[in-house]
Amino acid sequence: MSDIAIRADDLSKQYRIGAHVAGRTLRETLVSALRAPLRWFEPKSKPGENTFWALDSVSFDIKHGEAVGIIGRNGAGKSTLLKIISRITKPTRGLAEIYGRVGSLLEVGTGFHSELSGRENIYLNGAILGMKRREIERKFDEIVDFAEIEKFLDTPAKYYSSGMYMRLAFAVAAHLEPEILVVDEVLAVGDTEFQKKCLGKMGDVTRQGRTVLFVSHNMGAIENFCRNVIVLDKGKVVNSGETADMINYYSGNIIKDSISKSALEDRVENRSGDGRIRFTDFCMKDSNNTPIGVARSGMDLILEFGFKAAENLTLQNVDIGISISTYAGQIITVHYQSYKGDLFKDISGSGSFQFHLKKFPFTQGRYLIGARILISGREADWPVDGIGYIDVETGDFFGTGSAGWNGPATLNLDGTWQLEK
Amino acid sequence: MENIPASSPVSLPSSKAHFLIEPPRGWAALELRELWLYRELLFFLAWRDIKLRYKQTALGAAWAILQPLLTMVIFSVIFGQLAKLPSDGIPYPIFTYTALLPWQLFAFALTNSSNSLINSQNLISKVYFPRLIIPLASTLAGVMDFAISFIVLLGLMAYYHIAPTVAILYLPLFLLLALLSALAVGVWLSALSVEYRDVRYIVPFLTQFWMYATPIAYASSLIPENWRLFYGLNPMTGVVEGFRWALLGMQTSGGFMILVSAAVVLVMFISGLYYFRRMENNFADVI
Repeated sequence: MSDIAIRADDLSKQYRIGAHVAGRTLRETLVSALRAPLRWFEPKSKPGENTFWALDSVSFDIKHGEAVGIIGRNGAGKSTLLKIISRITKPTRGLAEIYGRVGSLLEVGTGFHSELSGRENIYLNGAILGMKRREIERKFDEIVDFAEIEKFLDTPAKYYSSGMYMRLAFAVAAHLEPEILVVDEVLAVGDTEFQKKCLGKMGDVTRQGRTVLFVSHNMGAIENFCRNVIVLDKGKVVNSGETADMINYYSGNIIKDSISKSALEDRVENRSGDGRIRFTDFCMKDSNNTPIGVARSGMDLILEFGFKAAENLTLQNVDIGISISTYAGQIITVHYQSYKGDLFKDISGSGSFQFHLKKFPFTQGRYLIGARILISGREADWPVDGIGYIDVETGDFFGTGSAGWNGPATLNLDGTWQLEK
Repeated sequence: MENIPASSPVSLPSSKAHFLIEPPRGWAALELRELWLYRELLFFLAWRDIKLRYKQTALGAAWAILQPLLTMVIFSVIFGQLAKLPSDGIPYPIFTYTALLPWQLFAFALTNSSNSLINSQNLISKVYFPRLIIPLASTLAGVMDFAISFIVLLGLMAYYHIAPTVAILYLPLFLLLALLSALAVGVWLSALSVEYRDVRYIVPFLTQFWMYATPIAYASSLIPENWRLFYGLNPMTGVVEGFRWALLGMQTSGGFMILVSAAVVLVMFISGLYYFRRMENNFADVI
């Protein structure tokens, strides 16, 4: 038996876009059926229609026992790839060879029904995920134990708290034991305590020598479980190799490219919102309102976001939020104006929003700034990849000249130690 | 689970599973063997449908009895008493109830399976299994109702002093034919429904029209002799005639009609399976 678990060769998937994604109307079909009766049975894809390649000539080999991560921006083709490997959809071109039983987890709780009890849902969901009845029976207690729902086993799931629901859903999924496990971003469920448990379970799975294909935006999880990573962008494999290298490559090239390629004002790619107001530029300033290139820990910092409202509009209830993430894209903090109360009123023309921060707490390093504007709760602008990077140098955060800990920490806290007797 | 030492190499059952994922190419084989491998899922989905059918209803499974029973009463009053339709010497209530049994199973299975794929969008876009399982399971879900209302029929037979004959042994065959008929149409319509939601609106008309084209409220002897063959193209005619013959000992216009019915169903069913298999490749993308 060869030691290859998954071999993808020139795997490609084409989708149609535009108004007719869901196919033609019945009337159109009937009309064309009358014109050419046999064509009716043909799958519909007219050349030259609006199409795009969600996956474009993807080739790779994954060996048995390997845990491989797939990273990439939204729309890079990660989910499409998993769907093809899971046999949910067929490729348009190319082929994949799979050696072993595949279990895929593209979502937790697929097929759960809120009218059914916990016990019933375990059996149903297990069967849907491809477990045999005897297998479910054998693991039943373990699943119940893991989900911590003994007392509610015979209660309909609709009376479960959302936490319990997710725990049960994950518990069933976690006990799937295929030779090849395909997992989409499903670990971010439940409370932190349970998340840890899930991550632990994932760790077990990878250590048990199963082949795992794992998609996540959580670089921490990727780093933890995967020795190798494939980087996808625009449907193509742009790089692959050891995890740490690939995460750096991803942050340094894919994300950065998309941020620095064009001015914020002109950027259209990966940008959502209705556009009633758009970000135009971004800069850092010190407390004297002088632009600076590098921030220092401990300084009073201003993050300034230029904006431009659509012509002839005066906007009310404008809410702006900022996120600060690590270089690798893990969000550290989010702050919306609405958390503190008043939203901005009478916004028109152009100007800038300033975010004033006393005693900037971040340690030395490079961080990704994201920002988003909502108007009465509806998204007006969100550059999905982020607004831009900021560089931070060690500063006198503690006011003593101490640079603080020299290990890999992200934040300094403005606390004090006291002795209680 | 925590106590598994990190280094313990778990011996995985090395299955010989090996398969190719390729672009769809024209008409595909039916892969009935794979369907068989997923029989447990079929069972679980049917079981789910049965469980959910009367959840949160005050009367629960009593509905399985009430539906054909009330229809029988209405038919008996309107067609039996008022319109005085002939029932070939059989008491009208049991005459029509015997037909309503397979009919309601058929109508339920047809409606349920036609809409089944649309109702399972979530499964289709997130998990792989042979999609045929879905319409199959929703067809089977009707059998429970049938079993319950069948008990009522036995009561009616006792009431009217009608003793079953050996012919009752043929009943499962007619039951199978009813299920196959529903499935044959259901497979076609469910595959079409993925792309054309029109199906949802067509089905109620279809079942209504079909009911009048089936000898439920009236006896098939009402149909002129030279139309019988054409009439037999409706597989439910064969089923209903078969039920009346097997249970009530009614003379039918011959087994020939049933053969025509069965042939029609088989052609529709097999072509439906192939059409379904062909369209299946696009389900997850289109639904």
